[in-house]
Amino acid sequence: MNPEEIYKTLIDRFGDAVLGFDFELVGDPNIQIAPAAIAAVCQYLAETDSLAFNSLMCLSGVDLGAKDEEFSVVYHLHSLRYLHSVVLKTSMPKTDPHLPTVSHIWKTADWHERETYDLYGIFFEGHTDLRRILLPDDWEGYPLRKDYMEPDFYRGMRVPY
Amino acid sequence: MESIQQTESKIIELKPFTDEMIVNMGPQHPSTHGVLRLELRLDGEVVREAIPHIGYLHRCFEKHSENLSYPQIIPFTDRMDYVAAMNQNWGFCLAVEKLLEADEKKDFEVPERAEYLRVLICELNRIASHLLSFGTYGMDIGAFTPFLYAFRDRERLLLLFEKICGARLTYNYIRIGGVSEIIPMEPGSVDEQNYLDEVKEFLDYFEPKIDEYNDLLTANSIFSERTMGVAVMSEEMAISYGATGPNLRGSGVDWDLRRDEPYSIYDRFDFDVPVAKDIPELGALVGDCWSRYKIRMDEMKESVKIVRQILAEGLPDGPVMAEMKAVRPPKGEIYFRSEAPRGELGFYIVSDGTPKPVRVKGRSPCFSALSALQELSRGLMVADIIAIIGSIDIVMGEVDR
Repeated sequence: MNPEEIYKTLIDRFGDAVLGFDFELVGDPNIQIAPAAIAAVCQYLAETDSLAFNSLMCLSGVDLGAKDEEFSVVYHLHSLRYLHSVVLKTSMPKTDPHLPTVSHIWKTADWHERETYDLYGIFFEGHTDLRRILLPDDWEGYPLRKDYMEPDFYRGMRVPY
Repeated sequence: MESIQQTESKIIELKPFTDEMIVNMGPQHPSTHGVLRLELRLDGEVVREAIPHIGYLHRCFEKHSENLSYPQIIPFTDRMDYVAAMNQNWGFCLAVEKLLEADEKKDFEVPERAEYLRVLICELNRIASHLLSFGTYGMDIGAFTPFLYAFRDRERLLLLFEKICGARLTYNYIRIGGVSEIIPMEPGSVDEQNYLDEVKEFLDYFEPKIDEYNDLLTANSIFSERTMGVAVMSEEMAISYGATGPNLRGSGVDWDLRRDEPYSIYDRFDFDVPVAKDIPELGALVGDCWSRYKIRMDEMKESVKIVRQILAEGLPDGPVMAEMKAVRPPKGEIYFRSEAPRGELGFYIVSDGTPKPVRVKGRSPCFSALSALQELSRGLMVADIIAIIGSIDIVMGEVDR
């Protein structure tokens, strides 16, 4: 199935939770999903026999900077059975970055969500082990946010060099 | 007085009871292949839980990328998987080129000669990477000799890389739109012929060596006892954890991006994709450490096959760089994955039409494969942990980025 057909399938199944499909976007067009529904949509995509998205290629957080009031999380899915792929995107306000986890659907999401939490401060609800993964446990702030200011000192060591 | 009486009346239990012991393996440990720390919860020799702690080599690749122009990012990709840096360069360039190609206003194409040079050099790099994996895995298990043999041969490859781009480890050779011309190699010149002759000489030398190494290590009974049937990763588990490349094929999934989603000019070459099978007479199971290791040994032969086809055809004439003024992809998003020696290397790039990307995410194959370690190692012996880490072949530079 191509992304347009998958989009139509999702509209039929989830209705308003599917917010749109960006046909115009250069590169990989993505289907926008409401944040509250993302886990249900992913579950549906992974477990429906005609779709069978059994592999999550990549999960990444995106912050477009001060002009955008939302963080996005992008899911790149691929099916090793039908060899089709789709991109899902969900956006949530920067003031309340919470999202349901998909780590129970694909285990690779476990570490990818931890990484996104670590670098963007997006909280994945229902994740069993949401800790920092790349940065030290006592690091303050979320470095990949565009408004992040690096601290002057970390445990007495100068950070900017 | 009262307290003494209490002590005397205490019943001493004679149940043998041992505490679980917590051992930190790493971050500095020769068989963790870099700076990986494992928090092992041990019940005697049995591993109850092995929790990986990563991030010791985190160099903020993604943050740096947001502040650099596209060509400036390429040297940073070198430092991700530093034993297969050519493939990392290529993975990133492919993603940017895909975005440039999507721009309808510009006519952008990578020259033929550059494509051939890229495949040639990346397949040689794959051999170098698998050689390192083979050598260090042998050493982890306790065989010192393969390590010396592997590094002897890898050295010849590094000299070949040095001749073409001037560097031994971090190459910055593959550029957006072609390859670097820092050491000129005119089409049809003596330099080119000499270089190709040297590559051929290496292949003639190296091809029989693979069988020798198989005799030396693969069939070695101590080695196979340690690796066969250990830490079996099922097909479903491998896919769910996002294990890719040799780890996925070691679990019996017939999937290789070079063949199944051909990029560049891979569709012109004839090569096989090795996939693990049960070998009952030896005791190997699909998805065990030995199968993952064996896939790499077989892949080296396939890489030799591809390079031989290039040598037979010869490099085409023409430029090695596409004509373009500046790298300025259109506004858009792209995710592109390529088959690096350790699995599927993906780059997710968000561009807003300026010379600097808004977001670059490196999807590292080792990162995903390593996350399976916790489940794989549960209930095994401490010594098996070493066998697993070597078999999934991680490079911490890429895990931590």
